Order: sequence, then C-alpha cells, then structure tokens
Amino acid sequence: MPATKTTIELRGCKIGLMRAGEGAPMLYLHGAAGAGAWLPFMERLSRHFDLIVPEHPGFGVSDTPPWLGSVGDLAYFYLDFIKAFGLRDLHLMGSSLGGWTALEIAIRSTHALKTLTVNCPVGLRIPDVPVADMFLWSPEERARNLFHDRALADQMLAVPPTEAEADVLMKNNYATARLAWQPRFFNPDLEKWLHRIDVPTHIVWGREDRLVPVAYAHAFAGLIPNARVTIIPDCGHMPHIEKTDEFVRVAAAFCQERRP
Amino acid sequence: MKFYFFHLMPYADLDLSYTEKYDTSWVKLPNTYYDREKGHALYNRYLDELEFADTLGFDGIGCNEHHQTAYGMMPSPIVIASALSRRTKNAKILVLGSAIPLRENPLWLAEEHAMIDTITGGRLISGFVRGIGAEYHATGVNPIWSHERFHEAHDLIIRAWTEPGPFRFAGKHYHFDYVNLWPRPYQQPHPPIWIPSQGSQETIEWASHPSRKYTYLQTFSPAAAVARFLKMYRDQAEKYGYEASGDQLGWAIPVYVGETDEIARKEARPHIEAFRNKFAKMPFEMLLPPGYLSMSSMKRVAAAKAGMSIDMTLEMLDEQGMFIVGSAATVRERLAEAQKQIGFNHLLPLLQFGTLPHDLTIKNATLFAEQVMPHLRPLGEAKAAAAAE
Repeated sequence: MPATKTTIELRGCKIGLMRAGEGAPMLYLHGAAGAGAWLPFMERLSRHFDLIVPEHPGFGVSDTPPWLGSVGDLAYFYLDFIKAFGLRDLHLMGSSLGGWTALEIAIRSTHALKTLTVNCPVGLRIPDVPVADMFLWSPEERARNLFHDRALADQMLAVPPTEAEADVLMKNNYATARLAWQPRFFNPDLEKWLHRIDVPTHIVWGREDRLVPVAYAHAFAGLIPNARVTIIPDCGHMPHIEKTDEFVRVAAAFCQERRP
Repeated sequence: MKFYFFHLMPYADLDLSYTEKYDTSWVKLPNTYYDREKGHALYNRYLDELEFADTLGFDGIGCNEHHQTAYGMMPSPIVIASALSRRTKNAKILVLGSAIPLRENPLWLAEEHAMIDTITGGRLISGFVRGIGAEYHATGVNPIWSHERFHEAHDLIIRAWTEPGPFRFAGKHYHFDYVNLWPRPYQQPHPPIWIPSQGSQETIEWASHPSRKYTYLQTFSPAAAVARFLKMYRDQAEKYGYEASGDQLGWAIPVYVGETDEIARKEARPHIEAFRNKFAKMPFEMLLPPGYLSMSSMKRVAAAKAGMSIDMTLEMLDEQGMFIVGSAATVRERLAEAQKQIGFNHLLPLLQFGTLPHDLTIKNATLFAEQVMPHLRPLGEAKAAAAAE
C-alpha cells in the first residue's frame, strides 16, 4: 500500500509524515540518515501495522525549531505527538538515533506503549567500546562502514545524490550534530533510568555493525528489564535496509507475540 | 602601513612521511610523532624569533591558538603572549586570536587578556576567533552552536571589560551570577579587537558594524579573495554610513625574502610546500564540521574547496597570491601593488612557515625589516591622509 505523505504541525513545528497500513499502531523513528522515502521495510511493516513515520524536527522537510537541542527534547516532542494522535497500545520502534529517541521516550513514560523495538540504537557509552566517529567519515566511508555487504555499498555509491538529496543529507547531518555531537551519541543519564522501561523490549543488532559495535546490544539488555536480543548475522548498522526480510520477520513477530 | 611578525609555531621537526599512514596532521595524527626534547628546543627558538622581531622594529608580534596539531604548538596563545610580555618592550602583542566559543568559561579568557594588557601597560591586541573546524573535533564543542557561542562569549567579555561589576549574565550558553573582573584591562575602554577570518559575509557584517569597527584580518587566502573580502568590508561600512579606514583592514600571508628571486625561491620551496601540503593538510569533514558554517555557506565552500586535497607547488601558491616570495625589490613591488589595490594598513607576514629553519627565518625577518618595511611604511598612511582631506 502506498503511504500518504503529509505535513503536520505540532507545538508550532511543521514535520513531514508518512502513514500507511491498518491494524495496531506502530510509530517508527528514523536514524541520522532521515526518513525521506517510503522504504521496502516500511512497506512490509505496513502489511501488519498502521505504520506512522514522522520526519524528526530538524530533518528533511521538517522545521528546525529553536527549542531543539537534545534527544531529550525530541522525546518530549514525541510524547506530545503520541498524545495529539491519541495513540494507545503503540508499538514504538526506532533505528540508531531514532532508537535512542525511543529509549528516551520510554524512560519518561511507557503509558501509551505496548512494545518497544530498538534497532542498533545509540545513546549509551561503554568506556572500552568506542562508537565510531561518523562525523569524520567521507560520503564513501559512510556507505562502506554502514553496510556489511560491499556490493550494497557499491550500489549506494554508484548513484550519487541529486542536488536536492544532497541538501537533505546536509540538513540531516546538521540536525544529527545538534542532537548528538556532544556528548557524542550518548546521554550519560540514560543508563540510570533504563530500568523504568516496563514494556516488552526487543533489541535488534547487526552483528557486523561498525558504527555501534554489537557489544552495545548486550549492554542495553543488561540495563532494560525483560529485554530480548536478536543478533542478525552478516549485517551492518542498518538491518532494516541490509536484511529487510529478516528484520521485518523478527520485528513483526515480537510485536505480535501473545503475552499473558 | 604597520607590520606584525606573526608566528604559527609549527612542530617543524615533524616526520613528513607521516602522510604515508595518516591523512592529516590534525587531531588524529598520534602525538608519538612529537618529541619532547625537540619541542623544548622549538618553543625556545620560536620565542627567540618573536623577541628578535621586536628589536627589528616590527610594530607587533603575534601568536594564535590551535589544538592537537603539528601545524601549530600554541593550544594556549595566552602562554606565549605571557612569555613575550616581559621580554619585549615596544612591540604590540597580538593574540590572533583566542577561540572564545571553545571556552566553557569565557570570563577566564577576559581575565587572562586583561592581565597581559595590564602587565604590558597596554600593548595587547586581542583577537577573537571561532577556531577552525578541526578545533570542534579536538575539543568536543558542538559546532552547531559555534556562531551563537562566539557572539555570546564576545558580548560577555566586552561587558566584563567595560561595565562595573559585579553584575549578572544570563545567556543561552553562559550564565554567571557574578561578573566582576579583577583586573580590569589597562587600555580603555578595552584592548583593540581584531577579527582574523578566512572570509565570510556574516563575519564582515558583524565586525564592521559601527558599534564595533573591529579590524578585519584576512588570513592565508588567495590574493583575489583577500581583495574581494576587504572590499566587502569597505562596502559594508558604506552601507552602515561610514568610511572604513585602512586601519580596519589587515592581511596575513607567508612571505620569503632572499638576496635574489632565484635564491628566495630555492630556499623557500621545501618549507612553503611542507606548510601547505603537510602541516595544513586535513580532510573536508574535519575542516568543516556540520554547523560550523550556515548551510548556504557550506554549499558554496564545498564547491570552492572541491580541489583542495591537491598538493600545491611554490609556483601555484605564488601565482594565486597565497605566498609572496622573491628579492626585496620583488616583494616590495608585489606588496605595494596589493596595498594600492586593496588598501589595507596592517600586514602580518608569516616569516617562518612549515619546516623553515632558524637561520633562514632570521635572515628572512632581517631582510624584510631592513629592505621591505621602510619602503612600504608610508603607503597606507599616505592614503589614509589623502582620504581624510
């Protein structure tokens, strides 16, 4: 089903929004690369869920509001979003920066949540396991380091971005710096409060993630009660793109499990 | 015209074959390339050179701030300016500049500058910069707030220097319940402020504003860009309703003077090429992190810098007016021509660059001071006097 693309306004901030599908609501929070297009994994998820994909304030077509300074700000924005849309029994899912945002939402309130799925999230710092410095990667290094499959990186690199796409990439990079430059891709307070997450939580990771090493999957699992970990082999930082079939299968199955 | 001996204090003993393993001498080049004995010798050599420039009659001697790099060993220009403040008697001491947004507490910087100004009895010229992009990788300060922090830190420092304390300061990035500087600066209302820049319209609009009229200094740019940006300053001043004087305009550029053109080029070649191709080497992502420039400026600069990773020869640097080299007559002619076209009153020749050794630095500085400076000195003043009539 093709997604409807709209722009909505919340708290005086216009954001882009894609939505498609029927069933239980699922809110997907994108990572640093943004959410410009309706991607195959979204299409697949929309066969099971009413999938809602906002474009974060600061990214893509969305406004950059003056109040936006941290992932915590983004979390409060989405708590308002959940309230404004009247979402209940929500499956909340986020990738990378969006995964961190989902965790920041969940430590504040799980009131509207049914499940939480985080896909290679940032947000935590293990002293001996460095997260790579994405901001020093050239465009080619980005493609090579984000995907495990070299052929996939080659495909991405074979099609240079149009000027409009390059503008969006730059805007998204600025927004990512705004949220995550310092402390670099983590919130030192997050780990103090992860125990508050009291909904079933699914941590999905690409085994060969070169941006955020897979050790972080286990570190998060040790801090979040009732968390399940799924490691996807031969996969980099973007399981939803690199291993779409497997990602959608395990993610959807977790959300649809019958729970007492 | 006035002349200022400006030093970058590079780690001149750098193993230049580092480029086989690393793509930059900034931030990521391991400091195992640094030898403490060589560092000791270099600092003392460079301080000697700066002190020597004072005796040669330069109007000022200058230092600046860069972090975690072989390009310059002055993470704190305050330390160098302090060392110079008691060893020199005449020259102005230029801090060009302090990277004010990198400081968590800009009041410390206001205090440090006020101390140097007071110790020297008012010989300090304060420069304020944002720091280049690499600094934001080195310090972790978020480049997204670079402009905001620069302006807020500037406002705080000026108020701390000029307003009776204690007072409160509540900004977006800085908050203090007590702003009450001891010492206040020696110069009143405060030391002159210079703004070194690689060229940006925003900076020019801000520096030239009638409430500031700060001296704008174009650094290490092709001569055409220098002319364009300094003209932009004059035009902007006109829009504000006043005529900018040459004293508001300056140019920093590497210069080498030899006995003949041939000798000069031969002696300078390996050192200026090392300066450009080894010491200043860094990838685009390091030079221009997200937020350091507005997105529209970033697009423009990205297009302009597309070929910046190409190594440059002495000839290329010379042709583009990024380096002035030759006999005293040649250097005089080129500088006089540039002064005539561009109309700046402050020249900051970089007379040591890259790997240039001490003996050649001393020779270069001496030839410049004795055979170039006296001829050019009347230029700007004549023009300023003519403009005043």
